[in-house]
Amino acid sequence: MQWEVVIGLEIHAQLATQSKIFSGAAIAYGAEPNTQACAVDLGLPGVLPVLNAEAVRMAVKFGLATGCEIGQRSIFARKNYFYPDLPKGYQISQHDLPIVGRGALEIELEDGSIKIVGITRAHLEEDAGKSLHEDFAGLTGIDLNRAGTPLLEIVSEPDMRSAKEAVAYMRKIHALVQYLEICDGNMQEGSFRCDANVSVRPKGQHAFGTRAEIKNLNSFRYIERAINFEVERQIDVIEGGGTIVQETRLYDPDKHETRSMRSKEEAFDYRYFPDPDLLPVVIEDSFIEAVRATLPELPAAKKQRFEQDYGLKGDEAAILTGSRELASYFETVVQASGGEAKLAANWVTSELLGALNRDGKELGDSPVSAEMLALMIKRIVDNTISGKIAKQVFAAMWAGEGDADTIIAAKGLKQVTDTGFIEKIIDEVLANSPTQVADYKAGKEKMLGYLVGQIMKASQGKANPAQVNQLLKQKL
Amino acid sequence: MSLERSDVERIAHLARLEVAEKDISEYARNLSNIFGLVAQLEAVDTDGVKPMAHPFDAVQRLRADEVTESNQRDHFQQIAPKVADGLYLVPKVLD
Amino acid sequence: MHTKTVAQLAQGLQQGEFSSVELTTAYLERIEKLDGQVNAYVTVTAEQALVAARAADARIKAGTAGPLTGIPIAHKDIFCTDGVRTSCGSKMLDNFVAPYDATVVSRFKEAGVVMLGKTNMDEFAMGSSNETSYYGPVRNPWDLNAVPGGSSGGSAAVVAARLAAASTGTDTGGSIRQPAALCGITGLKPTYGLVSRYGMIAFASSLDQAGPMAQSAEDCAIMLGAMAGFDKRDSTSLERSVPDYRAGLNNPLAGLKIGLPKEYFGEGLDAGVARVVEAAIAEYKKLGAEVIEISLPNTHLAVPVYYVVAPAECSSNLSRFDGVRFGYRCEDPKDLMDLYKRSRGEGFGPEVKRRIMIGTYVLSAGYYDAYYLKAQKARQLISNDFKSAFEQVDVIMGPTAPTVAFNLGEKSSDPVTMYLSDIYTIAANLAGLPGMSIPAGFVGNRPVGLQLIGNYFDEARLLNVAHQYQQVSDWHSRLPDGFK
Repeated sequence: MQWEVVIGLEIHAQLATQSKIFSGAAIAYGAEPNTQACAVDLGLPGVLPVLNAEAVRMAVKFGLATGCEIGQRSIFARKNYFYPDLPKGYQISQHDLPIVGRGALEIELEDGSIKIVGITRAHLEEDAGKSLHEDFAGLTGIDLNRAGTPLLEIVSEPDMRSAKEAVAYMRKIHALVQYLEICDGNMQEGSFRCDANVSVRPKGQHAFGTRAEIKNLNSFRYIERAINFEVERQIDVIEGGGTIVQETRLYDPDKHETRSMRSKEEAFDYRYFPDPDLLPVVIEDSFIEAVRATLPELPAAKKQRFEQDYGLKGDEAAILTGSRELASYFETVVQASGGEAKLAANWVTSELLGALNRDGKELGDSPVSAEMLALMIKRIVDNTISGKIAKQVFAAMWAGEGDADTIIAAKGLKQVTDTGFIEKIIDEVLANSPTQVADYKAGKEKMLGYLVGQIMKASQGKANPAQVNQLLKQKL
Repeated sequence: MSLERSDVERIAHLARLEVAEKDISEYARNLSNIFGLVAQLEAVDTDGVKPMAHPFDAVQRLRADEVTESNQRDHFQQIAPKVADGLYLVPKVLD
Repeated sequence: MHTKTVAQLAQGLQQGEFSSVELTTAYLERIEKLDGQVNAYVTVTAEQALVAARAADARIKAGTAGPLTGIPIAHKDIFCTDGVRTSCGSKMLDNFVAPYDATVVSRFKEAGVVMLGKTNMDEFAMGSSNETSYYGPVRNPWDLNAVPGGSSGGSAAVVAARLAAASTGTDTGGSIRQPAALCGITGLKPTYGLVSRYGMIAFASSLDQAGPMAQSAEDCAIMLGAMAGFDKRDSTSLERSVPDYRAGLNNPLAGLKIGLPKEYFGEGLDAGVARVVEAAIAEYKKLGAEVIEISLPNTHLAVPVYYVVAPAECSSNLSRFDGVRFGYRCEDPKDLMDLYKRSRGEGFGPEVKRRIMIGTYVLSAGYYDAYYLKAQKARQLISNDFKSAFEQVDVIMGPTAPTVAFNLGEKSSDPVTMYLSDIYTIAANLAGLPGMSIPAGFVGNRPVGLQLIGNYFDEARLLNVAHQYQQVSDWHSRLPDGFK
């Protein structure tokens, strides 16, 4: 049978505020356990929540950037359940009236086609703390530093039909929240994570199959693998005569499998009701317009500008605007190199991204800064090194051997422009290649390329290629 | 409306309350009486009435995004039942 | 000294008739000698009280004292007090030393008040007789066989027995006004949002409101002046300036329109209580007020609505008591579920458990619309009744409670009977309106309270109306026999 995969994502983006959503505690990552959990975060008796204006502003910003409806009157509700990392026994979230309503997002698929994924809603809520399972004599330790961190939960429609589409959608949101500077996008630290609702149905069937929710996926690679695993598992179950149970599953990246979460076996009855400690959030038009005025250049507009201003090709511009960080890296290189946009685009998309990908590094961890790359490009432009030598220089910079000038000096990579020296090599090569010289003189023009190659090789790449060309032609 | 023993068991579990076996019937009886009182609401015509969640039609005030709290872990953990290395300890939590 | 009102004590302190240390010592001695009879205090903070009294004396000497500097009062044990056990009348918090002060407490501290201790109360403020307290029932100073009312029964009893000059209480469905009535003192529940709820252990967040309990309306005015006002830590606190509540106490009542809701004088009202209330209203006529019969047609819905809304909110508010970060934890939990169920099962008493279960039920899947949403709509109807009434009248009057204080144990076996004790007080909480109870007489040896309900933020008028009655009556200054 042919199966169709149906995926919806619930993305949790931690908002990049200074303080928590309902308290004045800091939200810096990596602090000592429970040192950033204040009375409100601990749910001490008698404490009350007060809403952080910045969290509201950021949610509205997201809504405006995606063309979603903005809830002019939104309500906070309590989601009641017991869990040790949930101090009050309820999570303050939004239920009936979220701050951001319906909208849609365009994603580009691998074949270049465009797909529209519906956004159901995006609501504000507080994050929970963390349970640490390292052994405290068989006990679990609870760190509530993360409790109360503002989250924007972005819920998609079940519009995606493959793991790749899900990843494309998530990447798009990931880029967008960073463009908007509302989330740092750090997936390792859990600032950006998602739950995937996955089901399968026979192709052509209209009704959805029973779905499983895969929790806490915090890397693009895991999402793809987890979804693919889950799809196969579901198909195997159904084809083996079984039925899918609606349940919550956890992806284990080490074993590469999803498994049922024991703690979530019980059907939850969250008993949502409006939080009586908080009043309705009313967003005035003037507030919306003020936020709109702060919207940065969005990816689509940026891509267009890169094509126009820098003369980049569509695919190059698309890659370079894939994240705000990369776009800004690129623009720094252009600026610092004195406007060498094409060279910059070329080096960033091929050499830099290649090296990052090869070593599994994020741009933020790149040993080659934008300024370093720009200096190297300047050395290409001013003929200190050739493009070919530059690759050697780049590799050395990547290996941490210093900036371009240091490496060129240390390795003696400076291009040779001494006519006498170059002529000497040309003479040697011509003397050793009588056949090729004869062929050239008989009209085989492409032999010139061969000869240039031999000369460059003999100079260990250091001869200036333009000079070589010119002198060689004279000699011939 | 009358609550059965099974209703009491269900909601006591949902609310994480241990109720002794011998007390369940009494809870069922008392809670049923209370729901008998509440049942007067059924007869009220509330068509078109807006639900009232707060005494006032006031609007949520927003707090400036500033860090105003400092670390008081030791102070707060003095009253905690069980802590180690700055963490609150509970019986093993299963995933 | 103990017979004096807050206003009189402040004068005595200012004029150097006695010091705050002397006054505080006198109250501490009375507590030592007499509290055993009423069990009104859960914790007495003698040492801290004397420290505060010395500081107050210094302030008085320095000329920087306010109207409450050096006055010994007691706080209901629902307000968090930094470094002092805050039990909320529960085994759950028997070991809970609050790590911070409630806003109300810190405001009184700033005013230079001396805290004598924390008063007994129904567990988590759930009760109308003070019999649900983990620390045993409070007895009514007027008759030790009778209940003091609840949930602020300890706060009412300490004022009635003159074991504190005044006290703080909280009122979710009548918890200030009903015990004030049963103990023959003056109590005020302000407009919802006037006094900060920060640091006050929540029962039902959309109904809870703190207020003063004292001998007289004038004392309540002084106390309210210190308690009221915007608090940025409470989202439901209202940004309004606080008037001088004493300024209008002496305004004449000529032309005042008093509404008497016919629903408050029907079936269920004790005949003796009715006579006392009617006599008090006759006194108001003599003061120049005009009495108008009004109707609050949805009065019968108040108790049913309350017993959906309040338990729903409390079931969620009390989820934080889970044995993890503070409070009671059961011995040797075998797993997480056992930790939760036994800590909560053993830490909470039966009335609290009942209300948590009702609330859990009405919010659970499939019942929300039928109960919670329906109750919220009916709540609106009750509120609308008052809106119409206040278009015709300035103040509404009636009995605070349907009967005088009942005997200990008389109603504790049947929750529903107990709930009907609050039949006249609950509506003001649902609507968010201010209400008062003032002593109006006795049936036998047990006091009767007259209830005054005002329009939103009309506390100054309520206090004026109460004060004028207290100028022509002496019910509020009488003392029970054993406590003279």
